[in-house]
Amino acid sequence: MLTFTFRRLLLAIPTLVLISLIIFLLLDLAPGDPLADQPLSIPPEVRQKMRDALGLDSPAYVRYLLWAKQFFWVEPLVFIDWVTGTSFSEGMQRIVSWQFRAPVFDIIIQRLPQTLWVVGLAYLVGVLIALPIGIISAYRQYSWFDQVGTFISMIGFSVPPFFSGVLMIVFFAIMLPWFPSIYDTTLVVDDFESFGQQIRQMTLPVMVLALQTTAQLSRFMRASMLDNLNHDYVRTARAKGMTEKVVLLVHVLRNSMIPVVTVIALGIPSIFGGAIITEQIFKVNGLGQLLITAIYANDLPMVQTLAFIFAVLIVLCNLIADVLYGLLDPRIRYD
Amino acid sequence: MTDAPMLEPAKADTSGRSQWWDVWDQFKTHKGALFGAAVFLFIVLAVTIGPLLWTIEPTFIDIRARNSGPGLAHPFGTDQLGRDILARMMAGGQVSIAVGLTAMLISVLLGTLIGVVAGFFRRLDGVLMGLTDLFLALPLLPLLLVMVMLFRETLSRSFGPEMGTFILIVSAIGVTSWMQTARIVRGEVLALKEREFVLAARSIGTPSRRMILRHILPNVLSPIMVSATLGIATAIITESALSFLGLGFPPDFPTWGRLLFDAIDYLQQYPERVFWPGLAISLTVLSVNYIGDGLRDALDPRIRGR
Repeated sequence: MLTFTFRRLLLAIPTLVLISLIIFLLLDLAPGDPLADQPLSIPPEVRQKMRDALGLDSPAYVRYLLWAKQFFWVEPLVFIDWVTGTSFSEGMQRIVSWQFRAPVFDIIIQRLPQTLWVVGLAYLVGVLIALPIGIISAYRQYSWFDQVGTFISMIGFSVPPFFSGVLMIVFFAIMLPWFPSIYDTTLVVDDFESFGQQIRQMTLPVMVLALQTTAQLSRFMRASMLDNLNHDYVRTARAKGMTEKVVLLVHVLRNSMIPVVTVIALGIPSIFGGAIITEQIFKVNGLGQLLITAIYANDLPMVQTLAFIFAVLIVLCNLIADVLYGLLDPRIRYD
Repeated sequence: MTDAPMLEPAKADTSGRSQWWDVWDQFKTHKGALFGAAVFLFIVLAVTIGPLLWTIEPTFIDIRARNSGPGLAHPFGTDQLGRDILARMMAGGQVSIAVGLTAMLISVLLGTLIGVVAGFFRRLDGVLMGLTDLFLALPLLPLLLVMVMLFRETLSRSFGPEMGTFILIVSAIGVTSWMQTARIVRGEVLALKEREFVLAARSIGTPSRRMILRHILPNVLSPIMVSATLGIATAIITESALSFLGLGFPPDFPTWGRLLFDAIDYLQQYPERVFWPGLAISLTVLSVNYIGDGLRDALDPRIRGR
């Protein structure tokens, strides 16, 4: 198992290098000029110096290698310095955002908590709702509960977040003014009142994102339970006189969870992708919204870094899913 | 070699026709799929024939009738410039469904090509599946946004703003959504290759090209059709998402996503304006998903027998 994990980790490195290269080459085609918003009164030689300082005129491979060095070497060093208080990274140039004129990672660190709170909570809520629904609809296959569950998950599949989000705003923020439609990032949670406010403003985005997760996962849970319910070991367990509760929740559930857990791991990056739209609707200034504004502002270092971080998340979650599958299912042997 | 033309017509008129009747019989028993097909047909007819009956131009500006509610003159009301929302919905639907169908075609063609080649030629399998895995690991929505952002200007200049954006969005969606089809097709081809009829065809010296076109492709048709149906749904959602983020078609060119995006500014005064395009997108996607569900059951011979 350990060798398998190492092999997968080693294989992930060339994948990530290729992906970063693809993103870089795609962005390299961008027609925009980062200095276009500078005043025209700047003399040409000064402008040239600024271009040189930003490294804009150097060939593509030099810029790519510079970005790679900054991403894989300088930024981790900065992180180590920040944690331990050392000064390894002193004097090194970090990845600088063209639109904020500040290191990209400083801004990402500022935006990360909002995304993690909303997206993470939404995923948790979605999983917690989906699992019981899947279990009950499998156990009572073709009952009215199952039919309703199937229909709701079809709706969850089909209604895109940009419509369900807007509908939620119409119903729960305009017609019934229960929840705010805009996520207020400046809110400081220090007492019960502000905590309640935080919960209220998180409700709508979390509901929108959780609907998507629930739709997918409950279907998967149902299919996986149905697969296992017909196995011989279930009949044996019942024949031994075990209660339905034990049969279902101990024997069947544990076996059906194996594929579901990997699907949960695989779904984490896609929820970040879905969060781009949801963040845009509810004005959550998280990573997704940062990416959109960076694309609009032609802020290439920011777009490159964020897109690559999303790619790292995807590769990492794929790896975790594979390893988890091997750990949970004794029938799977990778070595 | 001489056997092939003799065998082929016999296969075509006995099993060929009866198979599709079987599929239709099974498809009919799936209530949701039948209903979905009816709804999808209705939407397609409404957006194609509708503009012939409802002849107000979607871009006609009647500024004195702006923001009017639903009435006889404008069943869905008018927008902030006095343009008829029903006409805009139909025009938008044409674009959205055209984008969905074309993007699906591109992605299915690409996916089938890569899947069949990877499954059939062992030497290319590693490279092509590596490519598929690589594409699956790409952050697709960010890359789509970047692609649209980068190439919109250039393509608009050479093909005009509408056609340029259409080509760009359709190819961007197609290029980023073929991976599932490729994987499924490859798996099917790998299984088919071990079957006796393939061995028989090979033993009479069938060249690879005819082998693929005559023996492999017809047998992987059902998974391709299912993923094609589901591909329409994802393509429509992706296009609407791009339009919703303001990176789709130009502002005066209606699509469902664009109409939804424009209506958000008036969410507080006229919440019903958001409702129509959103409902159209959701209904289309829902019906297509149900059709895909029914097709999957209908095309699976193990289920069809029951």
